[in-house]
Formats: sequence, C-alpha cells, structure tokens
Amino acid sequence: MLASFFRIVALVRKELLAMLKDPRARAVLFVPPALQCLVFGYVVNYDLNRVSYAAFDRDRSAASYEFLASLDGSGVFQRVANLNRPADVNTMIDERRALLVVQIDQDFERRLLAGKSADVQVIADGRNSNTAGTALNYVGTVVDTFNAAWWTAHGGGGPPIRVSTRVWYNSNLETRRSILPSLVGTLTLAEVLLMTAMSLAREKEEGTFDQLLVTPFRPAEIMAGKALPSLLVGLSQSTVILLVAQLWFRVPFAGSFVTLYVSLILFLLAASGIGLLLSSLVATMQQALLISFLVAMPFTLLSGLFTSLSSMPEALQYFSLINPLRYMIDISRRVYLEGVGLDRLAFDLWPLAVTAVLSLSIGGWVFRRQLG
Amino acid sequence: MSTSDSHYGRLLAKAWRTQALIKKECRQILRDPSTIIVGMVLPVVLILLFGYGLSLDVKNIPIAVVLEDTSPDAAELASTFQLSPYFHARLMTSMAQAKDLMLSHDVDGIIRIRPDFSREMKSGNALVQIIAHGGDANRARIIQGYAEGTVGQWTARRVAEGQDVSSGPVFVQNRLWFNEANESSYFLVPGLVVLVMTVLGSLLTALVVAREWEHGTFEALFVTPVRAGEILVAKVIPYLGLGIFGLVLCMLAAKFLFAVPFRGSLWVLSLGSLLYLLVALGLGMLISSTVKAQFVAGLITVVAAFLPALMLSGFIFDLTSLPVAIQALTYIFPARYYVALLQTVLLAGDVWAIILPNLAMLAGFASLLFLMTRAGFKKQLD
Repeated sequence: MLASFFRIVALVRKELLAMLKDPRARAVLFVPPALQCLVFGYVVNYDLNRVSYAAFDRDRSAASYEFLASLDGSGVFQRVANLNRPADVNTMIDERRALLVVQIDQDFERRLLAGKSADVQVIADGRNSNTAGTALNYVGTVVDTFNAAWWTAHGGGGPPIRVSTRVWYNSNLETRRSILPSLVGTLTLAEVLLMTAMSLAREKEEGTFDQLLVTPFRPAEIMAGKALPSLLVGLSQSTVILLVAQLWFRVPFAGSFVTLYVSLILFLLAASGIGLLLSSLVATMQQALLISFLVAMPFTLLSGLFTSLSSMPEALQYFSLINPLRYMIDISRRVYLEGVGLDRLAFDLWPLAVTAVLSLSIGGWVFRRQLG
Repeated sequence: MSTSDSHYGRLLAKAWRTQALIKKECRQILRDPSTIIVGMVLPVVLILLFGYGLSLDVKNIPIAVVLEDTSPDAAELASTFQLSPYFHARLMTSMAQAKDLMLSHDVDGIIRIRPDFSREMKSGNALVQIIAHGGDANRARIIQGYAEGTVGQWTARRVAEGQDVSSGPVFVQNRLWFNEANESSYFLVPGLVVLVMTVLGSLLTALVVAREWEHGTFEALFVTPVRAGEILVAKVIPYLGLGIFGLVLCMLAAKFLFAVPFRGSLWVLSLGSLLYLLVALGLGMLISSTVKAQFVAGLITVVAAFLPALMLSGFIFDLTSLPVAIQALTYIFPARYYVALLQTVLLAGDVWAIILPNLAMLAGFASLLFLMTRAGFKKQLD
C-alpha cells in the first residue's frame, strides 16, 4: 500500500517535471488563464456605455428638443449627427456611423399638447441584433422617464400600472459578477482535458509508453500518475483565476473558499477522467490536441456561460447533463453570489461525482485492455 | 536569348518543385486522416452548435407568478404571462413558495401582483413587482425587459378594448433594420464563419507545421534545393483547400439551414473570405515556425487567434463599449475586420464605405504575415 503510494508520488513527480521543464510550457500554462480572465472581465459585457445615434427631428419644437435632450442627458446616448433628409437615415445606418436613428414626426408637439400620444420612431442597425436590442431597451427607459416628467409638468393620468424591478444577488446587474466566477471552471476545463490527453499521447508518440509497461507500476498507478498532475496544474490555474478575480476586479465573494475548492476538485477529477478517456482514442499528440479542442468547444458553448440552458433545444439540454462545466459554473456562481454551502449544492455535486467515477473507471478499464 | 531561356527554365523548375511539394503535402494529409476528419467534422459541429445550441432568442424562461390579488384583473394579467411564449409561468399564491423555487433555481424570476392591484388600478397606482435572479446578469436583464413588455402588452390591450386607462404620451415604434424578425442566428452566423475559418486556418496549420519542426522533417526539407517561398506555398495550398471546403459548408448552412439573407455580392464575400483564410493560415504558420512545439503552438494559437475571434471581433460583444485600451487591442486582431465585412455583406448589402477599408486591412494583414513567415524561414536556412 505504502509502496504503491510512493510509486504514484514518483510518477506524479516525473509527469510534473515533463510538463513544466520547458519554460515556454510553464508560461503557456499560467499566463493565458490570467490574461483571459482579464480580457473576459473587461470584454464580456452586454451593457452598452456608449450608443451613437442620429436625430432626425422633423418637428423642431420645444417638446422635441426636450425629448432629444433627455436622450443626450442620459449619459449613454451620443448624438453624432442631426439629419435633414430622409435619405440620410440610410447612409447613417448602412455605413455604421450611428447605431440608432431617432425620428420625430412633424406633429410631435401638437399631439402631445392635445393630450394624444405621439410616436417616436427608432431605427436600429440589426447587424448585431443583440447590441441593437439592448440599445432599444435603453431608449424605452429614457422614454419612460420622459413620459413621467411630462405627466408631472402637464398633468395627465399617469401610467395605470407601475412596474418595480429588483434583481437579487446582483442588484446593479453587473455582467462581470456573473462571468468572472464562471471562468474558474471554464478556463481550466480545456487545459485539463488537453494535458491529460497529451501526456499519454506523448508517451505513445515517443515510444516511452512501452517502457512504462515494463516498469513495476500497476495500470491503476500509471493512471493515477497521469490524472493527478493535471488535477494539480488545474487547481493552480483556477487559483490564478481566482486571484485575478479577487485582487484585480474585486468581485464580492459571499461563500466560502472551502466549498469552492471541494467542488473544484470534484470537477477537475471528472475533467481529467474525460481526458483519460480521450487519450485512449488517440495515437499522436496532434490528434490529442485536436480531439480535446473538439470536445472542449461544445462543453464550453453549451454550459450556460454565454447563453442560458433553458432556451436550448431539448436534445441539447439532455446533452448538457453530461457536461461537467455546466455544474461547475452553477456552483461557482452560487458560491460567489448566493454564498451557499455544500449542503445546498448537492444537486450539482452528485452529477460531478458520478461523471468522475464513471470516466475514471471506464478510462482505467480501457487502459488495462490496451496494456494487456 | 540564353538569359531569357534560363529565366524560363528557372521558373519551370520552380513550378515543378512546388507542384511536387504540394503533392507531398496532400499525401501527408491523406495518410493521417485525423486532420481531414477534424477539417470536416469541426465545421459541422460548429454549425450545429451555433445554429441550435447558441440561441440568444428568449423562450420558456421559467418564472413564478405570485397572485396575491384574487380579482379578475389580476388573474387576466397572470394569464398573459402564462400564454406568453417567452415564459413558462407557474401560478402560485404565496411569495414564500416562489422564494424557495428561486433559491433552488427552479425559476429564474418572480412576478408579484400585489393584493390591492385591482383597486389601485383605478387610481393609476397598481404595482407589479418583477424580481429576477442576478446569477446571470444578461439573463436577468432579458427577464426584466420581457416581463415589462408583457405588462405593457396587457395594458395596451386594455386600452384597445376601450377601458379607462391612459397610455403614455410618447410611444416608441422600434424597427430593427437588416434583421426585422430579430433572429439571433443572423448575427451568430457571421461569427460562426469567422470561428470556423480561424480554427481550420490557424489551429490546424499551427499543429501540423509545429509537428514537422518537432520531428525534424522541416530541417530535412531545407537541405533539398527547394526555396523557402516554395515550401510556404506548398504548405498553404492544401489547407487553403480545406478552409474553402469549410467556408462553402458554412455558407450552405447559412443559406439553407438558417435562411440568412445574402444581400451583398458573392464575389465580395468570396474575396474577403479568401483574404481572411490567408490571414489565418499565415498566423498559424508564423506561430508554429516561431515556437516549434505542438503543445505550445496549440495553446498560443488558441490565445492569439481563436479567443480574439470569439471575444474581440465584435460578433457577440459590442466593441464601442469596451475600455479604450482593449478597444485599441481589437485593431491588431484581423478577426474584427472580417466580422464587419461579413455582417455588412450578408445582412446589409454592398456598402463600399465599409467593405473597401476592411478588405484593404485584411489584404495588408495577409501580406505582412506571409512576409514575416518567409523571413523566418529564410533565417532558418542560413
């Protein structure tokens, strides 16, 4: 038992040396996660802080000036042009000089003063419909404010229903607070898959696999020696990411690090199990790289990181049940934002445990057969 | 006469050598079919993922509707939520129950209709509370927007039915040009094409070329009479073919699977795509001939080519809202120019003010990368 333990330690040491002896490989393992974390933290943001718009004011009245001023005063909308001809609307949008064109009709003020409702037309560049949709929502908010102010100033019924909105756990709706916790699992998944698959493929390609077979190691020990180093490197990578999130972005952390790390270990075990399974399919390092990329991509895209799981088609929702990243993202968001403990994470933890046990034992079985 | 003869002879020899090298490359690709499999399977996987998995369209968001008022008005509002295609609404009467569902993530939002809703409606003071789970900020924002929209829709219907409710003084009419139906696949498809081109062009070449360095077969090539430029051309052409295959596949999927309109001209689309493919190939060659190790080359390509194409190209995230430093960074990654080109050619048409500068940038990047790679090869020869 003890001898077996020492053999595994020796193997882990050898693996870590092989993985980290090249200084470029060391850099490549730790610099990109930190860099990606920084870039994601700044880039992944569905909020717009600058919306360029062109005004086509056909009324040129006090009311229309007031309306446009409330857009300008919002701090988000930037007027890039005042249009005079309908043809200009096309040019503004086609050439991407403005995201929106706000068009006010000639009878705007007249209708407002008569107590009727007046239309404002907003034309948006739908080439990126996501951005355009957000910008249109902002216009809606400004219009609501304008309407309320108009009612106060000129009298009127006021809206029949007031809507009050609150967001739990993230009251200012900062995208960063939901994205950065998710990165802990996302950025390490691909790397752990890759490292595990690569380390066996390297031995196969360089012929050292056969040498390993004549050593006194048992198959289970060789497997542990392959899975543990990537687990350790994965844990250090997640620590780097956590440090960037905590020290640079200062994302509030409601839960406990023990909970997060226990879940992370389970997640990384599942990931390296899948990596071992993949490595039994490949013969060369190139194949290992390509296949881990091919597997990591659907796992990442269908994890709920960018788009929500419930709007996916049903078949893909079933697929996502075997996706360890899906559970890890949910866990880290809950630990970060809700501060829950392990007891409330059970329904995320047991699928991870099942994946880890299944993939490691199937991987071990395949491994033993390849040895025999 | 003899000089022109020898010039012609040199050219012929060059063409012959290049042709032989291309043949060698193609054989090499065919011998390890995993490259071809990846080259063909990857576009298909990406197309399916983007087309069906990555929908940003909203439907069936699980929410709880808490009815604290028993009046017909409140029940009608609640049923509007139940009938909405955007929501999958569960009706309940206790807020505590809704809170529990929210905590266990069974619902993503709560719509609370207060006890005095119907009575207050007459005085214009009825309150509907919308609570969203902020775990996913983007989703929370979507829930907010659609819930407010659903309430607004109900109000508008009451107005239309001649009930005594006043509507707002200013009413917004939104129109989304180039994507009237607000289909998210319209803007996901250009992104998909960029990703497929980047993966096929950069990642595949980087791995293959780095492997040759690792195995020393590149050095073996250098001692033969072939020139650096010829090796480069011979390496690029088979992968260019693979990339064109992926491009055609994406375009067919865009047209027939996702029904994305093709409003610009085909030759602009082809020229731009060819240029971007060359840029991607050049980047892959440059990275692999600089680091010469598969593992390192693979990871660097992901960071230098794949992630910028995903994150910094403007296909999901708006570039003008980024911090200035990162905005400046986006200009040095070619993906941004290709995304702008694709979005315009596919959805808007031939807008030359956008097409020409972006084509020029791509051409510039392609020449720069190939000159750098060639210079690198030359240095290895000395």
